[in-house]
Amino acid sequence: MSAQPQAQEMIAQGRRIGEVLLSVEEVSLSFGGVNALTDVSFEVREHEIRAIIGPNGAGKSSMLNVINGVYHPQKGTIRFLGQPRHDVDTHEAAAQGIARTFQNLALFKGMNVLDNIMTGRNLRMKAGLLAQAIRFGRAEREELEHRAVVERIIDFLEIQAYRKTPVGRLPYGLQKRVDLGRALAMEPRLLLLDEPMAGMNVEEKQDMCRFVLDVNDQFGTTIVLIEHDMGVVMDISDRVIVLDYGKKIGDGTPDEVRGTQAVIDAYLGVSH
Amino acid sequence: MATDIGTLDTFPKLLLHHAAVRGERPAIREKDLGIWQTWTWKQFADEVQILACALAEQGLGRGDHMALIGDNRPRIYAAMCAAQCLGAVPVPMYQDAAAAEMAFPIQNADIAHALAEDQEQVDKLLEILPQCPRLAHITYDDPRGLRHYAQPQLASYDRLREIGVEAQRREPGFIEREIAKGTGDDPAAMFFTSGTTATPKGVVLTHHALIDRARAAAEMEGLSDSDVVLAYLPPAWIGQNIFSYAQPFATGYCICCPESAETVMTDMREIGPSYYFAPPRVLEALLTQVSIRMEDAGRVKRAMYLYFMDVAQRVGGAILDRKKVGVGDRLRYALGDVLVYGPLRNVLGMSRVRVAYTAGEAIGPDLFKFYRSLGINLKQLYGSTETSVFVCVQPNGQVKPDTVGPAVPGVELKFTPQRELLIRSPGLFKEYYKNPQATAEAKDREGWFHTGDAGYFDGDGHLKIIDRVKDVGKLNDGTLFAPKYLENKLKFFPYVKEAVTFGDGRDRVCAFINIDMEAVGNWAEKRSLAYTGYIDLASRDDVGELVGQCVERVNADLAQDPELAGSQIHRFLVLHKELDADDGELTRTRKVRRGFIGERYAPLVKALYAGEASVHVEAQVKYEDGRSGSISADLKIRDAKTFAPAAAKRAA
Repeated sequence: MSAQPQAQEMIAQGRRIGEVLLSVEEVSLSFGGVNALTDVSFEVREHEIRAIIGPNGAGKSSMLNVINGVYHPQKGTIRFLGQPRHDVDTHEAAAQGIARTFQNLALFKGMNVLDNIMTGRNLRMKAGLLAQAIRFGRAEREELEHRAVVERIIDFLEIQAYRKTPVGRLPYGLQKRVDLGRALAMEPRLLLLDEPMAGMNVEEKQDMCRFVLDVNDQFGTTIVLIEHDMGVVMDISDRVIVLDYGKKIGDGTPDEVRGTQAVIDAYLGVSH
Repeated sequence: MATDIGTLDTFPKLLLHHAAVRGERPAIREKDLGIWQTWTWKQFADEVQILACALAEQGLGRGDHMALIGDNRPRIYAAMCAAQCLGAVPVPMYQDAAAAEMAFPIQNADIAHALAEDQEQVDKLLEILPQCPRLAHITYDDPRGLRHYAQPQLASYDRLREIGVEAQRREPGFIEREIAKGTGDDPAAMFFTSGTTATPKGVVLTHHALIDRARAAAEMEGLSDSDVVLAYLPPAWIGQNIFSYAQPFATGYCICCPESAETVMTDMREIGPSYYFAPPRVLEALLTQVSIRMEDAGRVKRAMYLYFMDVAQRVGGAILDRKKVGVGDRLRYALGDVLVYGPLRNVLGMSRVRVAYTAGEAIGPDLFKFYRSLGINLKQLYGSTETSVFVCVQPNGQVKPDTVGPAVPGVELKFTPQRELLIRSPGLFKEYYKNPQATAEAKDREGWFHTGDAGYFDGDGHLKIIDRVKDVGKLNDGTLFAPKYLENKLKFFPYVKEAVTFGDGRDRVCAFINIDMEAVGNWAEKRSLAYTGYIDLASRDDVGELVGQCVERVNADLAQDPELAGSQIHRFLVLHKELDADDGELTRTRKVRRGFIGERYAPLVKALYAGEASVHVEAQVKYEDGRSGSISADLKIRDAKTFAPAAAKRAA
């Protein structure tokens, strides 16, 4: 019954695969003599769920790190919204609307769930440090707005019962959810998920799958995810990229990828 | 004003009354996005009228039924009243019921309209749609995940509201006329009984029955519009309906809907209800939590807690009942109130509770005494769906742990020679829907309702219930066997979650025990016992011994009672899995289905009586996602010490 101005903003037009949001062109990355990525090219379209799979050491996490500016490739171009980026650092990538979750979680264990998710709003806070400290004028109004966004995320992820619980005391599956919440608080256009289901039991995985699909569906967020659970990947992603030894060996819909001989040999195993 | 409101005979009329008399007072609160949102009586009445217009537009009319499936949400209650405005009958359903379980009520009552809380409930309704072709309008409250559903039956709550606003603009005054047509003898709601034995039965209750009982109890307890209730039990359960719908409508008090099932404790602390209902299992869970947390507390705090709880055990109940207590004890209790009881009541969210009820099953005397000794006015009541709850209530100052009190004004009670309790009351149900045979069996021509409960009056005229008439059996030597009585005695131990006893037509009594994962797990941790999960923990020898001690104490207790001394438990086993409603082993209200369990685990029962030392078991389980699997384990069977009957001992 009450007006919710920001809610409308968060609900995007839904699942219509759109224009190219991110394109990776001939990217190569090496550490000394080790080639982590070699001439990898692919594109991510708006609103799609794109999975990156591959055996251990195939360069999946490196790829995510290139996209959000942790690593800078020696060769190749990355275009975000058509604009080529050169040596973007993580801060700028975040400001452009790229958020990520981490394989090993990056939360403040001693802080509660609410505050952890609030850190995701950091980039959007405009009031100065002093104004925030004394909650003066605009700072207070701003905090209320941010809190409202955070509350919607808490509601969305169904973690109302843990609002005031220190994150360190939550079970692992819930911590993963909070990590996702922190990334969502940035209201990203592109969300990078690094093994969101690693270490989870079946039920937690199902929950997480639903949240990933719902994020994509309700907010229209484009998602790139790395995942080892083939069932999950084939179920929820629109298109899959397969990496092996830093090279792209497959790209297409889950069914196409499943049928490619190189992929079967390298990753899914030789069928009998 | 009291005389004025007393003439109103339907819920919609009461709603209009409250909207006029206390329009700005809160009717329903709901915690949403971390903030308590309030609907005043005026807003509530407006919402109901809009909804009623919309439902009328969709073809809901006098005598039709409407399904309501969801947790406690203001919109569910608004829809309930909206249906009643039109003379239709709301049928609340358990939100955790499986899809197949929902099909029967929907077919039985020819339901065409439903309000579902969220995607989960909508999915279930869509699943049974082929069996329920009449179901034409499904409205959902929470649109999450439903945007791509294209079924023509579906509409969002907001869409329904739009229809209602439009219809109301076109034809103002329509709803007032519809409300005026209603009378107290119209059916107000239909509740499907959980069906321990056969198919569920739809219990039809009239406006008059519900309102009469709601008023009788409200007058007895002096409830007013300043009271506050937390609505946290399933709305499909008659008790919840009485406390969160009938009584607020009768008195104008406010109900509060928690944010989610997991936040109930926090929400209760924030709201501080003044009127509270909890089935014994909820009270037990709270006490278990308190005990576990106290065991983890520092030494000083623990000593203080133990000392003052001891004081409370001795005199707390007497002080609450305004009986004579010495000055020293009074001072000690007052100090304890500042240091322990007050803070504890606050943590439990019961600081402001004036009247608290428990019912549904027997409550352990220790558990009951614990709350009363803290100064919480917890009382027992007796009633059922068929009687609009209030049959017996313990009046203030006359509270005993083993009875349910005398009859509430308006109720007549008597017993058959088989000790079956018969009830005649204005709150009795009208009929079982489309089941005249069952109606005739339950309600005789003189209007007596046959409860099926066995019991008697104690010396003060308080009702005491021991078991179901049909469950009371006999051992081969003729000893009385009251299974539920024994099971309850076992369940009063924190380590025992469920118990199932066997003995009717046998030589002696044997039992299945379900351990309480939380309590036993904590116990194991304290002893550095490593375990991997439920099955592992349940099969531990130490746990078996722990349970054995509980069984022995029950036996010692039973030995004191000459009637029941012969039904001591001789052998028992600890079950490898928790009994679960999804597997059909418990009813939705968590009562054990003894017969079903006996058949399902027939080899275990056989092993118990054959004197074997262990038994191998393989069981089918249904997971929450609907798949089934199987688990296997070796269960040890243990003998329990039994005691000579007290009378015999004295003779020897």
